[in-house]
Amino acid sequence: MWPIIQIETFKIFKRPRTYIAFGAIAALILVIQMGLKIDGESYAAFLMKDINNTLIVDGKVLNGYLICYILLQLLLVHVPLLVALIAADMISGEANLGTLRLLLTTPYSRTQWVLAKFIAASIYTILLLIWLAFLALFLSMWIFGTDDLFLMKSNYVVLIEGQDVFWRYVGAFVFASFSLLTVTALGFLMSSLANNSIGPIVATISAIVFFTILSTLNIPLFSAIKPYLFTTHMNNWKEFFDIKVTDTNEAITGSILNVAKIKNSIIVLVVHIVLFVSASVWIVRKKDILS
Amino acid sequence: MSVIKVHELSKNFGSLHAVNALSFEVQAGEVFGFLGQNGSGKSTTIRMLLSLIYPSSGSIELFDLPLQANRNQIAERVGAIIERPDLYPYLTAKEHLQLFAKLSKQKISKEQIARTLEQVGLSLRSADKVNTFSLGMKQRLGIAIALVHNPDLIILDEPTNGLDPQGIADIRHLIQDLAKQDGKTVLVSSHLLSEIEQVASQILIIHQGKKVAMGPTQTLLDPNKAIIHIVTQHDEQALSILGISKYAQNIMQRKDGIYLSIATNEIPALHQFIVAANIPLMSFELKRSLEDYFLQITSMQ
Repeated sequence: MWPIIQIETFKIFKRPRTYIAFGAIAALILVIQMGLKIDGESYAAFLMKDINNTLIVDGKVLNGYLICYILLQLLLVHVPLLVALIAADMISGEANLGTLRLLLTTPYSRTQWVLAKFIAASIYTILLLIWLAFLALFLSMWIFGTDDLFLMKSNYVVLIEGQDVFWRYVGAFVFASFSLLTVTALGFLMSSLANNSIGPIVATISAIVFFTILSTLNIPLFSAIKPYLFTTHMNNWKEFFDIKVTDTNEAITGSILNVAKIKNSIIVLVVHIVLFVSASVWIVRKKDILS
Repeated sequence: MSVIKVHELSKNFGSLHAVNALSFEVQAGEVFGFLGQNGSGKSTTIRMLLSLIYPSSGSIELFDLPLQANRNQIAERVGAIIERPDLYPYLTAKEHLQLFAKLSKQKISKEQIARTLEQVGLSLRSADKVNTFSLGMKQRLGIAIALVHNPDLIILDEPTNGLDPQGIADIRHLIQDLAKQDGKTVLVSSHLLSEIEQVASQILIIHQGKKVAMGPTQTLLDPNKAIIHIVTQHDEQALSILGISKYAQNIMQRKDGIYLSIATNEIPALHQFIVAANIPLMSFELKRSLEDYFLQITSMQ
């Protein structure tokens, strides 16, 4: 199956469309970094104005770690839309082009083709995430330096020592890969149902928006299903930045407040990935290739 | 040895019987012409041979192996183009062949890829992206893809679509060479019946999903049989006269005139009869090509 994975990956990266997402992420991050570099001090002062009377913060608040956190909060909501552009086109795009017929006359089964295409789309997703990590984390660390990470949550603040932050980002990016692979799998499922490119892309984005709204609504009717919706779990990368404290409210280095929540979210996301991909395989295996 | 063995093959799309109990065999090394009007079921049959569509009933064996159970093994020995040359616009001709060579599970050298491009006349455009190609060039590349892994069975669905007269002649020669020189089995479908007539040794004609005729081209084009196409000023008058003559059983009226199926040696007598009967004749034409035969039998269905 390796040759078809190689070929599918090769085809993804030969298409100009693929680089739109890389370009969009780079443009957004660079603009935000430039803005914060020029006007960061006043932005930090704005963030700190409510707590300056109760806390004395020493050191550099606006450092690379905080910039990365801000960027991830902004971007990880929108990256799924960029992932959908490619994933939702993987099967339907070829059906639309007519090349799916050519591929399915080769000595590889439909199951192999679907899995190879999903793996290739996943490689794209992971590379997009690595690109995001490179720009949001490493470039920010280089431009703004590093220090302790100071985060203001809704009703408390979190202070994580500088040497205790980097591994949390590694964890957050690994978690984010599960979230984005779920979007990839959803896009893939939509792609297996259609013979044109636009429909599955729009359907994937619509599904994400729809389920995100359900996940965020605090209506009792939806409470029972919320734990099972992938959108409920997609943003739980933030759990890596909630830290355990001692009885005297001192941070415990290397700890995560709610590991079970992260594990549960990963399980829910993986189950969704398996379900979406299995359904795609089943649909493609069954259907007559007419276009 | 049979390369293709199709038995009672049917495909239904809802209430539409696209292919209806079709049976035929294709022997190794022959060029098999597959004829039928648009919508007659040719492409559906070809898609079933390539496992793109699942039959509703019936069986297909390729190389004496049941297709469904041995699909991947069989696919290694088959090359095909289906209807249109659907290609990746962002890849070059050479990249297409490299890609499909890799998919063939065979070791295919750079020389073989270059040779295939030369075979279809695309050597000089091998580095150009497909989105700069004309339809004819895409068609040639589609044929090159079908040939690059040196398959034993080549299935060409409408291979001359979009080609200019020179291109059509080139493809005709290529098909003949594949069978004669390389010993390949070629199944070729086309609506250009004159093309099939020139290359195929066996012909199958289907109409509305059913087989209406099959046999060696020479037999179907029996030189002792002729079809005469006549055009008159008053077809009704001509039909009434011919209808009570000894030719009454062989008349067929179409929009473009009257057709008569007769033995070749009866042609002079028929001509004399028409003249003697004072039928206002505008044209009297001998038609004996496969196209006429095809039109005749599909119209009679």
